Amino acid sequence: MKLAHAFPLAGLAIAVATAAQAETITVATVNNNDMVIMQSLTSAFEEAHPGIQVNWVVLEENVLRQRLTTDIATDGGQFDVMTIGTYEAPIWAERGWLVALDDLPEAYREDDLLKPVRDGLSHNGSLYALPFYAESSMLYYRTDLFEEAGIEMPEQPNWEEVRDWAAELHDPANQLAGICLRGKPGWGENMAFVSTLVNTFGGRWFDEEWNPELDSPAWQEAIGFYVDLLGNYGPPGASSNGFNENLALFSRGNCAMWVDATSAAGKLYNPDESQVADRLGFAPAPVAETPKGAHWLWSWALAIPASSDNQEAAQTFLTWATSQEYIELVGETQGWTSVPPGTRESTYQNEHYQREAPFAGFVLDAINSADPTDSTLEPSPYIGVQFVGIPEFQSIGTQVGQTIAAALTGDTGVEQALQNAQRATARTMQRAGY
Amino acid sequence: MTTLKTKVLPAEGHLATPTSKTRHTPLVPSAGARRVWLTLLGWGIALIIFFPILWMVLTGFKTEAEAIADPSLIFTPTLESYVAVQARADYFKFAMNSVVVAFGSTVLALLIAIPAAYAMAFLPTRRTKATLLWMLSTKMLPPVGVLVPIYLIFRDLGLLDTRTGLIIVYTLMNLPIVVWMLYTFFKDLPRDILEAGRMDGASTFQEVVYLLLPLTLPGIASTGLLSVILSWNEAFWSLNLTSSNAAPLTAYIASFSSPEGLFWAKLSAASTMAIAPILIFGWLTQKQMVRGLTFGAVK
Repeated sequence: MKLAHAFPLAGLAIAVATAAQAETITVATVNNNDMVIMQSLTSAFEEAHPGIQVNWVVLEENVLRQRLTTDIATDGGQFDVMTIGTYEAPIWAERGWLVALDDLPEAYREDDLLKPVRDGLSHNGSLYALPFYAESSMLYYRTDLFEEAGIEMPEQPNWEEVRDWAAELHDPANQLAGICLRGKPGWGENMAFVSTLVNTFGGRWFDEEWNPELDSPAWQEAIGFYVDLLGNYGPPGASSNGFNENLALFSRGNCAMWVDATSAAGKLYNPDESQVADRLGFAPAPVAETPKGAHWLWSWALAIPASSDNQEAAQTFLTWATSQEYIELVGETQGWTSVPPGTRESTYQNEHYQREAPFAGFVLDAINSADPTDSTLEPSPYIGVQFVGIPEFQSIGTQVGQTIAAALTGDTGVEQALQNAQRATARTMQRAGY
Repeated sequence: MTTLKTKVLPAEGHLATPTSKTRHTPLVPSAGARRVWLTLLGWGIALIIFFPILWMVLTGFKTEAEAIADPSLIFTPTLESYVAVQARADYFKFAMNSVVVAFGSTVLALLIAIPAAYAMAFLPTRRTKATLLWMLSTKMLPPVGVLVPIYLIFRDLGLLDTRTGLIIVYTLMNLPIVVWMLYTFFKDLPRDILEAGRMDGASTFQEVVYLLLPLTLPGIASTGLLSVILSWNEAFWSLNLTSSNAAPLTAYIASFSSPEGLFWAKLSAASTMAIAPILIFGWLTQKQMVRGLTFGAVK
């Protein structure tokens, strides 16, 4: 008998312990718009698959990561489907934490998934997670301001030009920042952007022997440029702005330009959420020395933990939520700009989507041209455009993110910040046995 | 007493002299003015403390677009966010878990702590002080330090995602504070009263039930209320040990925070709904709380 049944207070509390039966699957996810839509369409899944019931656990991203790792590492078996990113998929797969998805049904059309996204979720040739939506990064700008100033956006802007435009359009008296960029420290926050900037300035995180290169001239130049650009032409308090804060600023009309995730496009195009929906322009992410790694690649994907007791039902859910039929269901019920982007060729061939989402082509090109295996000018030993695919990177990225935020606020000089970052990274890597 | 009086008297006499009067009067404001100042100060501090909650409540009644617009007190209130929040998650399921877990753990903690505090207050040994300090020291350990062992134990006992599991953890979490508070209340009770009961032939049990408990009820009530509030607000364990079945309101709020997307109005609406029951509860029992917390403070 389990303690849950024997405990004297059971009268208050037993009702729940026995509720979870074989065909109930628990899905852990984050509260992003696309996930919220998925949750609202649960009934469609349950109708099509009577006998499988879906329980939702929605958590904040960092809490989710901590929760999932605890559960997997202790073989807790609390979840049957979990939402993970491109960073976790190969690392967790290598540790044997995820179920390999080798026998997907033919109707799922695995070959329809965009190749870079599929590769990002694979390990040793096997797929370990199915992409729910994927994103790259691009430049958003205000067409009205650009027209007024007589600036024409080239097909491929470079960072020098972006700085000149930011200087020209920056108008703090009217609460308009020349450019908005991520400044909030965190490996998934400022470092996602900063890594792409470093890539295009010709830098890399590590050389082929895993020696950190954070004090290299390329990093100095890139971070110097970033601090100058965002410090002088950014919004006030830029060092505390992440994706959400910048999305809010841009959609309120407080930024002339913004370089960030392509997944913001749908929201910025929605007049209910954005005041600049009718004045929105976009261009590929700017480049400097090299186009390599100038824009990132990320996907939120669904995976089955090895500890799940309901792997079959979980896979049924996975193949439903990431299928072409699901995408069509969202388009028909929620509007085509709301469909989860970046996962399937078929989405981009869909007439409705092409018509209603003018950003579609840009996003497809950006994702298809992002190569996580070759994102730096000089060769590097790691996989990942805006991150380094090793377990140590979470702590390294966040630590370096903090020193760069300190440089942005002027607490330390750029050179000093990078020296600190280099020392801290070298120490962590040494401790990890590289 | 007499010596005190003789010492005070010359001072009073000194105050009465004209020179000292001109020096002191302007510095001592009239009682009325002082009361006005104190009232204003009290209101000012209360407003500062309450402002974040007020702002959260107001934001909950805005649209997402208004919530991120420049802060304004003038807007057309809407229930849009509340509707959206309720459509996403079943508030009452989470609220019920919170109520059961908060009150369950409080009752259990009191059941354990009353005998413990009784023993420590009335039958102290050489080690009582050290035991009390040791109990408090468990509060100094960061909870994340014991997360994995507790997670494993809970997994093996089948307590993950159960209300029973949360009740046990919250009881253990609050026990040191509950024992300490009860101990100080019990200590203030004159031993003679209990002794009188014993002379009349009361057993230890009767002593506790008929004498100790009624006499220290305000203290026990305020301890219980504090324990309810602490359990209600606890987020670390509830987020880590529950997933869907036993998730309380703290997990409910956390589910509305988002790394990508605008969510301030919805998050505010969810938070307002989550704190409303405990806020009303605290407001209704305010008198009892203050009485208990100041119980024995003036002797």
